This record gives sequence, structure tokens and C-alpha cells, in this order.
Amino acid sequence: MKMAARDEDAARMTRPRRVAASVKGGRGVSFQKTITVNRPVQEVFSFWRHLENLPKFMKHVQSVTSNGGNITHWIVKIDSTTVEWDAETIEARVNEVLSWQSLPAAEIDSAGSIWFRPAPGRRGTILKVSLKYAPVGGKATAKIASLFGKDANAAMEDDLFRFKSLIETGEIPTTEGQPRGRG
Amino acid sequence: MKALCWYGKHDVRVEKVPDPKILNPHDAIVKITTSAICGSDLHLYDGLIPRLEKGDILGHEFMGDVVETGPEVRNLKAGDRVVVPFTISCGQCFFCRRGMWSLCDNTNPNARESETETGYVCSGLYGYSHTYGGYAGGQAQYARVPFANIGPIKIPADIPDEKAIFLSDIFPTGYMAAENCDIKPGDTIAIWGCGPVGQFAIRSAFLLGAERVIAIDDVPERLEMAKEGGAETIQADGDIVFEGLKEMTGGMGPDGCIDAVGMEAHGSTLDARVDRVKQAMKLSMDRPTVLRQALRSCRKGGTVSVPGVYAGSLDKIPFGTVVAKGLTIRTGQTHVQRYLQPLLQKIQNDEIDPSFVITHRLTLENAPLGYKAFLKKADKCIKVILKPHAIQQSE
Repeated sequence: MKMAARDEDAARMTRPRRVAASVKGGRGVSFQKTITVNRPVQEVFSFWRHLENLPKFMKHVQSVTSNGGNITHWIVKIDSTTVEWDAETIEARVNEVLSWQSLPAAEIDSAGSIWFRPAPGRRGTILKVSLKYAPVGGKATAKIASLFGKDANAAMEDDLFRFKSLIETGEIPTTEGQPRGRG
Repeated sequence: MKALCWYGKHDVRVEKVPDPKILNPHDAIVKITTSAICGSDLHLYDGLIPRLEKGDILGHEFMGDVVETGPEVRNLKAGDRVVVPFTISCGQCFFCRRGMWSLCDNTNPNARESETETGYVCSGLYGYSHTYGGYAGGQAQYARVPFANIGPIKIPADIPDEKAIFLSDIFPTGYMAAENCDIKPGDTIAIWGCGPVGQFAIRSAFLLGAERVIAIDDVPERLEMAKEGGAETIQADGDIVFEGLKEMTGGMGPDGCIDAVGMEAHGSTLDARVDRVKQAMKLSMDRPTVLRQALRSCRKGGTVSVPGVYAGSLDKIPFGTVVAKGLTIRTGQTHVQRYLQPLLQKIQNDEIDPSFVITHRLTLENAPLGYKAFLKKADKCIKVILKPHAIQQSE
């Protein structure tokens, strides 16, 4: 119940002028995918509502920390390059939608929106995921160019598969560290 | 430990590699007491399955003793003797919950690649290419078993390895192939391919109540083994199969047809020769001669069941025939977990002794020779089992 109260607070603070988070058109990468996970919508929403959970399955997101309110601090690491920014949760309608967007000062223009609905036939939850990242300019932009390379979509898709496995089974399948011949 | 690694077409080597470790909470490590070479491993050996990498450890039929378990594995403990299904399944997703274990959503680390190839993700398999997850296989002294809370079945002490090992794949695979024919009393089932899966399909068809089984192959000792299982036989030779089946079934055709051959069908008909050229030129991954024959031979309204492995898009499949005759086609990787308990029960009841199929028993070091013999069907080779911890006899 505590959780619900906090979400209602968040919802009240939602900026009315924005329905879904977005970045400026024509730059960076945008990723959209719809998946079904075999867990109840309450559990799935609650997992995403705590953006601190994202590094558990987003390979390049090293940490997300919350200030206890609507501001989160993101640290993303690609190869040896690290970039950080602050984002604000701009919409949190319990079990329906969650949106966040980087603050104007960020080196990365980043936004995410997740829409949740129960799957018919009690098949769990349908999530529509929309993620966007775009460089703003300046020094960091060049350094993190790889983030916006051709593999960015694949990486985000991999993340989503990992999310599904994690929430359905409690672990992410891997073969990293298994034996093999010298090759 | 020692393991059999793939290096290319007809190039497999036994090498020393690191021991497997627990990597995830639901993992277990099994010390392998018996492993086997599967007919489907020959497709890997022949270099026909895409996305195999040099150094990959092969093998998906194995059993042994649990030596270590991850923190979330509560059904097994060190010392338990288990058979491991070749399909890796999570037990929690939509598909596992409905018994479609080989279609599991969550066990393939290369989910995106699998989805790109087939439209949707298929489960992880041991030692069967990176499309199926790239898991190290069981032709080795030890194996890591992911989702050990779901797959492995404990084997009672009085059932020897040789009776239990084939629960990992070929017995359930032959059984599912027969079950997919929806056998009714009085039915005649035709089975192409008297390799190990075909042999189990023959016996399973009888266990499921078939009146007659007609087995088709061109290898005398395999037909002999089929006869021992109660089948009538046809020595395969091109178009003679269709006419033979028609004659033997009073002009009606078999009620169910099983293609236990798959992508590397031999054959001397024109279509078979064309397929061989296309496969050699990499224009096509498969040679579906048997499938065409099965579709043509099956009676109207019958079922064609395909346990044989196909990998790509098939050419010249007479789909008009499928529609005209109202055929049902059923296929898929085996939902092994569905069959473990009931088939173990049949072994315990002495309804079947799966060890009948074994023709060769080798050490792991000799596994490359086993591949060669199995491929060439040399020395009347039908099924090779491996003993990974046996001491190599000096020559």
C-alpha cells in the first residue's frame, strides 16, 4: 500500500504537457518492442517503478540511483567509457504507464516509456517498451558514439530478453564462463 | 576435464578443457557416467548446422552423478544419479507451463538471434549450435546443467545406465514421433529411417497400440533390428517405397508416417540427386527426399510426424498434396520433460529395454572414431555410447 501511495504522488507530479517521454526527432536511436511476460501486472510494474532495478538486466547500465523522489542518477558504461546523467520520472500511473526523461543539463538526451496491461487469458503482462537515446553534443558525445552505433538496437533487445528471463525465472541464461576447446 | 570439441566438417577432437562451474543459481554440475552420439550430431559433424563455432563441446545425451548444485536447486543434491534432458527448460514461462518444454522462452542466451532466425525464440539445447544457445555439451567428463531444478530426472539404483541414458533424447523423441501420429487401434504406421530414433519410434508405435509398423531403410542391419522390434520392412530404393506401402496397406496407405531421417536423406530418385547438388552448393540446407515420400504415401486424412531435424527452407514440398489429402503435419524438438516419468515407468515395468539399440561402447578418447563409424554406418554401427571416465586401454 505504501508503494501505491508513492506512485499516486508521482502521478500527481506528472507534467501534464507530456503524455510520453521523448527526445528530439531525427537523432540518436529509438527502440520499440512489445513483449508478454508470464507475471502479474502489479509485479511487473513494481519492478520497473524502481528504476534502480534496471541494471539487473540492462547490460550497459551500471547503476541507477534514486534521490527518493522523482530524480534518478544514471551511470552507463560502454567498453571503458562512462557517461552519467540525471533523469526525472515524469509519469507513473500505477500498473499502466511509466515514463522518464533526462534533465535539460544532461549530456545524453534520454527517455523511456513503458506501457503495461494485463494479457488476456491470464497470460501475465503485456509491456510496450519505448527507449530513446540521443547525444546532446560536446566532449562526451564523441566518446560515447558507440552507444548510438548499429548495435544499439540489438543491445536494447537483448536487455529486454534478459528482463523477461529474470522476472519469470529469477535468473538470466548465460554461457559466459563455460568450458570450450582452445578454438 | 576431457571433452569432445568440434573444429569443422568431420573434425572433432578430444581435448583437455577447464571443468565447468556453477554460473547461475539454478545450475548443477554433473559428473557424466554415460554419454552418447546422436544421429543429429552427424548433421553437426557434416558441417550442415549453421552457427557452430570452433571449440564447441558437443553432445546432448548424457547422464551421471550430481556433484554440485547452485543455491536455488532444491530438488537435487550431490550424489543423485540423473538423466539430463537435451532440451533446457525454465519451467516458468507460458510454454513450459503448457508442457511445450522445447519451446521455452527463457533458456536461450542467444534469444535475439534465435528470434531473428525463426520469428520466435526456441529453447536452449546442449551442444547444438549457438542458435540453440551455445551451451557446452555432454560428450565430456562433466557438464553444467542449467535450470537443474526443472530438467533432470533421478534414476533408481536398480536401473543401469544403459537402460536409462536414452531418456535424455532418442526414446522420448521416438515416442513423441509415434504419439504425434495419434495412433488408433488397427492403425498402420510407416517409419522412414531405422536409425536410433526410428527404432524407438517402431517400439513406441506398438506401445501406443499400432496394429502394424512398416519400417523403411537401406541398411540391412538396421532393418534387421526393426524386424526384431516387430516391424515389417521395405528395403528403400526410390519410388518402390510408395508402391510398396500402397501394396502392403491394401491400396489405402499408412495411417501415420514418421520421417525419422531429416535433412540428410539419401536416395537415388531425381529429386534426391538435385537436392544433393543444392546442399553441396549451399543453396539449400536440407535434402527433404523422405518428407516428400511420406507426404505422398500417407493415406488421406492421415498424419505425417517429423522428428527428423530440418534446418532451413525446403524445396519442392508437395503442399498441394497436403491440402488435397487433408494431411496433418506434426513436428518439433521433443518436449523431453513431458515423457521422462512415464517412460522411466515403462522401463521399470520391463515393457521396453532401451539398451537394445547400443552397438558400440567407446571411451571418450575414441569418440572421434565413433563419429566416423556412425556416419559411415561402418561395422554395423547403429548407436554409440561413451564412457567418459573409463580408463583408456592401451592399443
